[in-house]
Amino acid sequence: MASVTTGRKACAVNPLKMSQPIGGALAFMGLRGAMPLLHGSQGCTSFGLVLFVRHFKEAIPLQTTAMSEVATVLGGLENVEQAILNIHSRTKPELIGICSTGVTETKGDDVEGYLRLIRQKHPHLAQFPMVYVSTPDFKDAFQDGWGKTVARMVETLVETPEEGAPKDPKRVNVLPGCHLTPGDLDEIRTITEDFGLVPSFLPDLAGSLDGHIPDEFTPTTIGGIGVDEVASMGGASWTIALGEQMRPAAEAMQQKAGVPYRLFQRLCGLAPNDDFIMFLSTVSGKPVPAKYRRQRGQLVDAMLDGHFHIGGRKLAIGAEPDLLFDVSSMLHEMGAQVAAAVTTTQSPVLSEVQTEEVLIGDLEDLETLASEKGCDLLITHSHGRQAAERLNIPFHRMGLPMFDRLGAGHLLSVGYRGARDLIFNISNLIILDHEQNHEPTPMTWSGGAHDPGASTKTPSTH
Amino acid sequence: MSSLSATIQDVFNEPGCGKNANKSEAERKKGCTKQLQPGGAAGGCAFDGAKIALQPLTDVAHLVHGPIACEGNSWDNRGAKSSGSNIWRTGFTTDINETDVVFGGEKRLYKAIKQIIEKYDPPAVFVYQTCVPAMIGDDIDAVCKAARTKFGKPVIPINSPGFVGPKNLGNKLAGEALLEHVIGTEEPDYTTPYDLNIIGEYNLAGELWQVKPLLDELGIRVLSCISGDGKYREVAYSHRARASMMVCSKAMINVARKMEERYGIPYFEGSFYGITDSSESLREIARLLIERGAPAELMDRTEAVIAREEAQAWAAIAHLRPRLEGKKVLLITGGVKSWSVLSALQEAGLELVGTSVKKSTKEDKERIKELMGQDAHMIEDMTPREMYKMLKDARADIMLSGGRSQFVALKAAMPWLDINQERHHAYMGYIGMVKLLEEIDKALYNPIWEQVRKPAPWDDPASNWQSLAMAQMDAEAAALAADPVRAEEVRRSAKICNCKSVALGVIEDAINAGGLTTVEEVRTSTGASGGCGACSAKVEDILARCAVPAASVLAAAE
Repeated sequence: MASVTTGRKACAVNPLKMSQPIGGALAFMGLRGAMPLLHGSQGCTSFGLVLFVRHFKEAIPLQTTAMSEVATVLGGLENVEQAILNIHSRTKPELIGICSTGVTETKGDDVEGYLRLIRQKHPHLAQFPMVYVSTPDFKDAFQDGWGKTVARMVETLVETPEEGAPKDPKRVNVLPGCHLTPGDLDEIRTITEDFGLVPSFLPDLAGSLDGHIPDEFTPTTIGGIGVDEVASMGGASWTIALGEQMRPAAEAMQQKAGVPYRLFQRLCGLAPNDDFIMFLSTVSGKPVPAKYRRQRGQLVDAMLDGHFHIGGRKLAIGAEPDLLFDVSSMLHEMGAQVAAAVTTTQSPVLSEVQTEEVLIGDLEDLETLASEKGCDLLITHSHGRQAAERLNIPFHRMGLPMFDRLGAGHLLSVGYRGARDLIFNISNLIILDHEQNHEPTPMTWSGGAHDPGASTKTPSTH
Repeated sequence: MSSLSATIQDVFNEPGCGKNANKSEAERKKGCTKQLQPGGAAGGCAFDGAKIALQPLTDVAHLVHGPIACEGNSWDNRGAKSSGSNIWRTGFTTDINETDVVFGGEKRLYKAIKQIIEKYDPPAVFVYQTCVPAMIGDDIDAVCKAARTKFGKPVIPINSPGFVGPKNLGNKLAGEALLEHVIGTEEPDYTTPYDLNIIGEYNLAGELWQVKPLLDELGIRVLSCISGDGKYREVAYSHRARASMMVCSKAMINVARKMEERYGIPYFEGSFYGITDSSESLREIARLLIERGAPAELMDRTEAVIAREEAQAWAAIAHLRPRLEGKKVLLITGGVKSWSVLSALQEAGLELVGTSVKKSTKEDKERIKELMGQDAHMIEDMTPREMYKMLKDARADIMLSGGRSQFVALKAAMPWLDINQERHHAYMGYIGMVKLLEEIDKALYNPIWEQVRKPAPWDDPASNWQSLAMAQMDAEAAALAADPVRAEEVRRSAKICNCKSVALGVIEDAINAGGLTTVEEVRTSTGASGGCGACSAKVEDILARCAVPAASVLAAAE
């Protein structure tokens, strides 16, 4: 429906996009005892580390091969080897996940080859779980890095079940996209378990970055799915992929282990959750629990209450493709008009966004479009704060990074309950904006469009 | 790249650096930065350092030439404050793609500069080089020069790609760029005998504004602050100042020193953290300005302001001091600020149980020792686990550190305060010191600690995670204590030289067997300190220890 265009500017201004390798690194953080390692100069790691620390407000495991100028030119075998040996002996991880960066991809380091040599040279590493993903910074974006990494995890860690081995009807695999928060994952876990199913999340950020107090102090991840559990995912009867970015991983699972998959492009809103709940009911053979019948009613009621405020709003949204599609579709279904949509990277889902045009661009583009189209609701990550201030419209933070508000890891948008809460939050933001900036005065309708509060307005933000 | 490596060599040769002066020619060449260890490094790159140093210049468009990672993952993440323009908070990057990597990114860079100048019209554009374009040979100097000619605006190349070294090298390379392209290129409208430069101050959380009113009151004009709340033009005419104060320890010593050399502007190294330091700095500013021709009565006025401010601050601290006296503080910081914060805390009666010296220079370490006494418990490369144990053993009541290590403290249910650049509070000058102590007081006495330390009612207190972690660490320690052979093995296996991977035991054996007495001999014999040379100080310590009878060596090493 929407046409997808790519910006032609030489200079990206106020980037919306983040790089691929840290998307990959975040995926590794959903594995238990993992140490993600970026093969690049130390800044590549340091910037990612700071970003995640500020978003999750948690200690973040992330290492670097610390490539120097000379090492970069000569090739990074020695640095990769040193890094793996150091991490292995110092932090005793259960897995090391390696992502390449722009600097090592420009040189063209053959990391797969390096890993073979390292395994040969150090017999104690011969069977040690290591996953390598190629993620050059100068291609694609954060969610691509995440998607590729999960696909590589499936390819390298999942074991192919023996021919004719029966599938466990209770087990389902869940492959969540990076647009879902640890809170979302926990909600999905609860829902699936309520149908008597046993879900395995790959990756499972809810296990590692949900802010819990760890049982043990480790420099690696403090939770997440274990390598052993990943290996056994081939025994599940279904794979549930959440977000178009997870299609390659779901297909890899099907190919490697013969597990059929169902991909849900969205989990925010009434219709997508009806589909999801009915799917769970079908595969589990269980009727829908009363809890979800009630929650559905609550969502319907929230939609009725919220549509007064959300209906007619002109939305400007900047997000990675899957989040953009998910949230903008829900708001579209609430009567909002998706007037400006900017994203980071190509995706088949973009053409389905309920708008005329989706632009692959930056926050400057979003700000310009929002201003031109007279948008009165802004949704993007925390970096939208400057634009929100200038546009002076209600601003709801969604996506990563969210560094200037608390609770990023627990924001909920999935399930009937998540959609209900999101509708309330956005509606309240709009109500607040009305109270602060748009209360009528005797002058409001007196010949002319000037808004009396225009110069003194305070933007309302969540 | 030849000019970049020449610049780096020049920076390494910094004569203003005491540590450097004591090095051999060969050591100097290797540079003053630790060789980074793959898989064991933390901290930013040279590009990060350059950007940190220059980004607080508020009216400049900071354009990052590189793939999205360098700017996209990090923009608008600094707590510096501006009194004017906000263009420094706008993220500009060429976001180079695969095609640029193959065909070169110079054209895109040129167009990007054009786009910025046409739309935002800043007084100057700073162009930051990063690893990928440096590798493919993009000549940013040439592009900047062409753009400058074409658009008639300063376009300044900042040559500090990430892979040339760590953050602190980047700080200095940023300084070099200012010296080469900016400082001395414009003239102020007028000058006064009270014109001062402040170098290496970033105005984090607006803290410069805690001190500036005092300078204003004294009639001292901050001609240029490099770079906090600074403007391009102010830096360009900073060569007309009468004196400079260098704030952030060694980060920009090259700027201060070369401005003295080129323009005869004397500098001193000072700090506005803590009451004594603030007073000392004010005195030193007055002294230097008077030396350069300001009327002598400036000193009297300065002393009067100092007396008034100190009295006010002490009065404010007086009621906090009984609550803080004797409380133990664990200070983990990125080094450069360690020593200046230390003296501040001691003024309030707080006790310091340790400070991290990860990024401090040797001189900083000496200063910390001086301030904390000989038994200073300095912690190099402390692991999270050790930090946790230290807090847990109640050897510390509160931890002060940068954002990254806070979670160790918080998860251990210990009060914690942010003192690095992400912090939200300003701690400078007399007001700032009181603020810091108020924050420490608030953190220490918050009622949550008692609640969050309480185990869940269904938890067996002996088997909760805290006890288990402690028991595990105690067991490890006990096992070593019970097994002297193993303990000695562990002690001897401590790695001294990371570059050449040489353990303590190897060095000790070589010294004892060969009767070695100098670092050079140890290097020839074992290779230790033959890499970056950063461990020469450690080798010196070992040499000193080995000179005393062997029996006490074991004891001393524990």
